[in-house]
Amino acid sequence: MERHEYDVVVIGAGGAGLRAAIEARQQGKRTAIVCKSLFGKAHTVMAEGGAAAAMGNVNSSDNWMVHFRDTMRGGKFLNNWRMAELHAKEAPDRVWELEAWGALFDRTKDGKISQRNFGGHEYPRLAHVGDRTGLELIRTLQQRVVALQQEDEKLHGDPEAYIKVFAECTVTRLLKDGDAISGAFGYWRETGDFIVFDAPAVVLATGGIGKSYVVTSNSWEYTGDGHALALLAGARLINMEFIQFHPTGMVWPPSVRGILVTESVRGDGGVLRNSEGRRFMFDYIPDVFKDKYATTEEEADRWYDDQANNRRPPELLPRDEVARAINAEVKAGRGSPQGGVFLDVSTRLPAAEITRRLPSMHHQFKELADVDITKEPMQVGPTCHYVMGGVEVDADTGAASVPGLFAAGEVSGGMHGSNRLGGNSLSDLLVFGRRAGAGAAAYVDGLAKRPAVTGLDEAQTEALAPLERSGGENPYEVHHELQRTMNDLVGIIRKSEEISEALQVIEKLKERAKNTASSGSRIYNPGWHLAIDLRNMLLVSECVAKAALLREESRGGHTRDDYPGMSAEWRRRLLVCSAKPDGTSITVEEDVQPSMRGDLISLFERSELEKYLTEEELAEYDAAVKES
Amino acid sequence: MGYKAKFRVWRGEGGEGRLEDFTVEVNEGEVVLDVIHRLQATQAPDLAVRWNCKAGKCGSCSMEINGKPRLGCMTRMSTFEESETITVTPLRTFPVIKDLVTDVSFNYQKAREIPSFTPPADVKPGEYRMQQVDVERSQEFRKCIECFMCQNVCHVIRDHEENKPNFAGPRYLMRIAELDMHPYDVADRKESAQEEHGLGYCNITKCCTEVCPEHIKITDNALIPMKERVVDRKYDPLVWLGSKIFKRQR
Repeated sequence: MERHEYDVVVIGAGGAGLRAAIEARQQGKRTAIVCKSLFGKAHTVMAEGGAAAAMGNVNSSDNWMVHFRDTMRGGKFLNNWRMAELHAKEAPDRVWELEAWGALFDRTKDGKISQRNFGGHEYPRLAHVGDRTGLELIRTLQQRVVALQQEDEKLHGDPEAYIKVFAECTVTRLLKDGDAISGAFGYWRETGDFIVFDAPAVVLATGGIGKSYVVTSNSWEYTGDGHALALLAGARLINMEFIQFHPTGMVWPPSVRGILVTESVRGDGGVLRNSEGRRFMFDYIPDVFKDKYATTEEEADRWYDDQANNRRPPELLPRDEVARAINAEVKAGRGSPQGGVFLDVSTRLPAAEITRRLPSMHHQFKELADVDITKEPMQVGPTCHYVMGGVEVDADTGAASVPGLFAAGEVSGGMHGSNRLGGNSLSDLLVFGRRAGAGAAAYVDGLAKRPAVTGLDEAQTEALAPLERSGGENPYEVHHELQRTMNDLVGIIRKSEEISEALQVIEKLKERAKNTASSGSRIYNPGWHLAIDLRNMLLVSECVAKAALLREESRGGHTRDDYPGMSAEWRRRLLVCSAKPDGTSITVEEDVQPSMRGDLISLFERSELEKYLTEEELAEYDAAVKES
Repeated sequence: MGYKAKFRVWRGEGGEGRLEDFTVEVNEGEVVLDVIHRLQATQAPDLAVRWNCKAGKCGSCSMEINGKPRLGCMTRMSTFEESETITVTPLRTFPVIKDLVTDVSFNYQKAREIPSFTPPADVKPGEYRMQQVDVERSQEFRKCIECFMCQNVCHVIRDHEENKPNFAGPRYLMRIAELDMHPYDVADRKESAQEEHGLGYCNITKCCTEVCPEHIKITDNALIPMKERVVDRKYDPLVWLGSKIFKRQR
């Protein structure tokens, strides 16, 4: 079997994975990047709007404290506050660093990085390149990896001496030595041959879980691999009930349903209307945001030019609010012909401005839907977009509870609380990608000896099983049924009976998944690959459903029809998922959310905190304010 | 709304293969990649195809559809007659791994041969100041999604394996142009573009521009200006020296 020895193995080559790998290599560690797709194709390329960083280039009032407050509000105060703090403080440096590696962001008049408005951000904050910021980010990091390889070639005569990409390679198991990580086991997609990495530290950067849903903006890669690998290695996942449904996905034609329509459309002036032509978002401003959003169209329209004296348009509420509002309008019979609502930028900006600011949206609608967004409105509806939940990590180092295991980006949990603000994921993966890479490097430095790889036979047997069965279940059918189940029963609006029903279906699907058969050879066989991925999707779906059933309140990306209110008691509780030792099922336990540090909580007004916190926590706040 | 389409798909591995015929359902609004996926789910579970975002942003699902390089995810079925047989084959310039999946490692090797962005040593992160108009030229080239269709269609290497070692291909010659036009790049790229990366092989037939799904004007905006810069440099080194010295004065 092919074997490689590394100091740090990074699984995933999106923004978080590449940033982690770059950091580990810069700290002198021999680093492998293992990814399911070709190098440079990761899901990060689909990020459109930008990277949130309080550089203050457009509005000098912006700073990390404002960004921190916006992030906590967006997450309805369920966020890991230390992560939100580090994120807000370090995002500007991470963006500037990209520029020094060759990124070319759009500019302000005085030559700085331009910043655009986005939902939930008080000031224009998103560094961007038109509406293809994710592509710029991935390409810059990819080219940084290449630059390091060129350096290594000069120094050591081998470009891959210190950092090597294993592309189209899927990891199916993390390997352990006792309690600690000792490596990873996987297969080459091209050949089906197995590969083993001996490594004391593994960084998970595998992204999200959207492929468990039918309507999603996510690519095929988003099968929850890192979430499942972590569970099976004994790590804990938190906040799995919180899934972000992006308010604006394409709804027509059916084959593109779910593809993302960037929030920049609204940030740059686009408005949402129902079939009666009403800008309905004015009807959906929740109490907690009442004083921050415009109540008339006139005020909302003035805000684009004069943000000091007007409040923001309600189209720019956090994503969970907008998604629920669209859902409610469609349910009330005021939807568009194809079951969404109208998103119109054609009457708001000149055509040339639209094609300049939103080139890929213009292209996407023209090519895929025959719609010219400079002349007519788009039809949009919610689409499964992002999982807030993930591996529970130490904020400063990205370390999971299992020694040697690290996680960054979407696969980690806590940073975004119950709902992520747009633009905060690109900055998240830069900030915490770097931290996880550094965390892994420091961990390796502290080890007395390298751990030994165990469990290879089991991993191999498990991976080969679908190919060795004949006449079993079709993995594509099991997958479709899981997607329908999660979409219909654990979707944007949830209720107890439906979630319970979903859990029963998942149990049956787990049995069927154990019996999948994949015909054909081991060479680039998508049917086999899917059969292997099913294990991960089912484990993750079980986490989502079980946690969703337990949380009896509505908050951010978790809306319970039977518990519509937000509860201060529930805000203090984190739901923690772990797998039973044999990996067959999930248990969920409650944990207490640690209180916010005094200097951070003092950044908020008492009147705002009263909407979220318990009396006991407010007493802590009063004490903190008195002290400062 | 739906109809049965006739598809002819190249199947094979290890250097051997053949076109296989399928009859497959097509629904309104679908693209070629949807139909390939339906084939996988219903008739050919091990049919190999690369894809990722299915939104024209990642450049994974490049294939040849009726002989033309296209992204499977952006080629709508409505652009064909219902009676037409649609032939789908892998990119021709690269070795086939299996079915529609080719070995594109040539491109990654070429990427590594282009010297990276080289900023002046004294500019710190956060200090970069550039005007929009000055970044727009390189920004156009950075729209590239690396679908490698320009590499696939370029006649310098499409049927000339022998040219591959000496020719970076349109994508990476454009990368050189992108860096050369970057306001802060200080590396001298003109001579190596010609001598090492094969810019001279390009005889501006614009095949690359025609297939670019991002509509980047590769020939007009990257390759021809780069050729002009090489010529200027060769004929008048003083002009080049002056331009490097005064480039960043505002």
